[in-house]
Amino acid sequence: MPPRSQLWLLAALALAGVVSAFSGRLDSYVLDVAMGVGINIVLAVSLNLINGFTGQFSLGHAGFMAVGAYTSAMLTTTLGTKLGGSPALLQWVLFPASLLLGGLLAALAGLAVGAPSLRLKGDYLAIVTLGFGEIIKVVLQNVDAVGGARGLIGVPAYTDLFWTFGAAAVTVYAVWGLLNSAYGRGFLAVADDEVAAEAMGLDTTRYKITAFVVGSFFAGVAGGLYAHLKGYLNPGGFDFNKSIEIVVMVILGGMGRHVGVIIAAVLLGVLSETLRSFGDYRMIIYSLLLIVLMLTRPQGLFIWPLWKKKST
Amino acid sequence: MLEIRNLTVNYGAITALHDVSLRVEAGSIVTLIGGNGAGKTTTLRAISGMVKPKSGQILFEGRDITGVPAHKLVGQGLAHSPEGRMVFANLTVLENLQMGAYLQRDKAVVARELEFVFGTFPRLQERTAQLAGTLSGGEQQMLAIGRALMSRPKCLLLDEPSLGIAPLLVRSIFAQIVELNRARGLTILLVEQNANLALEISRLGYVLETGRVILADDAAKLRADPQVRDAYLGG
Repeated sequence: MPPRSQLWLLAALALAGVVSAFSGRLDSYVLDVAMGVGINIVLAVSLNLINGFTGQFSLGHAGFMAVGAYTSAMLTTTLGTKLGGSPALLQWVLFPASLLLGGLLAALAGLAVGAPSLRLKGDYLAIVTLGFGEIIKVVLQNVDAVGGARGLIGVPAYTDLFWTFGAAAVTVYAVWGLLNSAYGRGFLAVADDEVAAEAMGLDTTRYKITAFVVGSFFAGVAGGLYAHLKGYLNPGGFDFNKSIEIVVMVILGGMGRHVGVIIAAVLLGVLSETLRSFGDYRMIIYSLLLIVLMLTRPQGLFIWPLWKKKST
Repeated sequence: MLEIRNLTVNYGAITALHDVSLRVEAGSIVTLIGGNGAGKTTTLRAISGMVKPKSGQILFEGRDITGVPAHKLVGQGLAHSPEGRMVFANLTVLENLQMGAYLQRDKAVVARELEFVFGTFPRLQERTAQLAGTLSGGEQQMLAIGRALMSRPKCLLLDEPSLGIAPLLVRSIFAQIVELNRARGLTILLVEQNANLALEISRLGYVLETGRVILADDAAKLRADPQVRDAYLGG
């Protein structure tokens, strides 16, 4: 990986920091939507590693997001009051630590779900992750310690522009860097032809699990950001519809495309706000969008030769 | 070099291979011929660990490799060029070849192998930056063989190299196979529909029918065998 990509990352982080410092002047509604967009980017790019580049199909991204969200929210709500300290200290030390822990637990859940199902070839992962997402939701609804079906309230609002877009930049950097390494070409090989990849000496199972665990980690981080943005967690918010929403971003942007998926994440983040008045009908629009896209433009909306998937 | 003893493979309730035994001596080319569904591809897949045999034994250089997963065999010198070419369509020619040397850490060795492959198939060198999916069938086959060679195998399992390729190119690919065997001492187990051509370049031949070996002999004798001529060589 060239050091230039690290400069890009630093530049993106610096930009997020500067914009965040002046965010007080922005309209709070605009700010809220912008942070939602940043979280969307983390979710879509990490799912793209699994569904797009490695050619597996996960339908449980919201489940891993929930693991991260509840883990980090529990950490900041319980430890935050005990530790005391200044709010700034909590936001800059405890909060990132809780994001990290949420990501790690989500990754662990990803390993537990992925290890048995990814050894098989075919669409087993879709079925297993579908089940996993539902199980997480039902478990959260029935555990009183995390609020049960009432939800978890009083999560401190630590998420700001810097953290959301900082996390988005890190996610893009990590996924991009992973794929453009000599090791990373294996992900594309597995997606292209699993049998041939195996015949070349690739441990295809390990590649699939790696992609899945890394993707789950970032879903967990996104969950932590989401928790500290909304201030309130409800198990129903991490249902199948949420997973589908992320899948739509990846398909809309073009599976296995870097830039297209980011554009789609931004677009759907804004679109879901404009469609808010439609309420639950939004899912009908998403479903129709999926069907139309699959029939007319299966390669994704935002493709032109400039952005063809190409590694150096 | 390679020996199979009493190999039986099932796909669910269906027996694909039944008590198959065969030997491939070091430095030789051996051909498996037989009709569709006779079990030729299954034999190769069982050797390279892509399907698990129900019973029987596979020995490679005297070591038992039965049930060893595919990705571990490449490092031991056994390469498989799968049927239907199966190149990585979204990677370039060069990237495909580099994937073939996936286990090779030494860059100098990779460069040398790359040069060797380009020497064998100059057409590939002209198209290094092209996406493999856009190559012609013959070029993809060259790429598949070249990719398998990148791991510096001692033994190459070659599945249907002539499938769907212009007859003119088939000749040239077979000439390169012979050359690889002669110049590099590469041991080759060949599976081929074009039985005539395959037996022409082989030392030994095995005839498979519905999962059993029904004939095994010198390739030259098989070509003269009236039964074989009738069934596989077009009279």
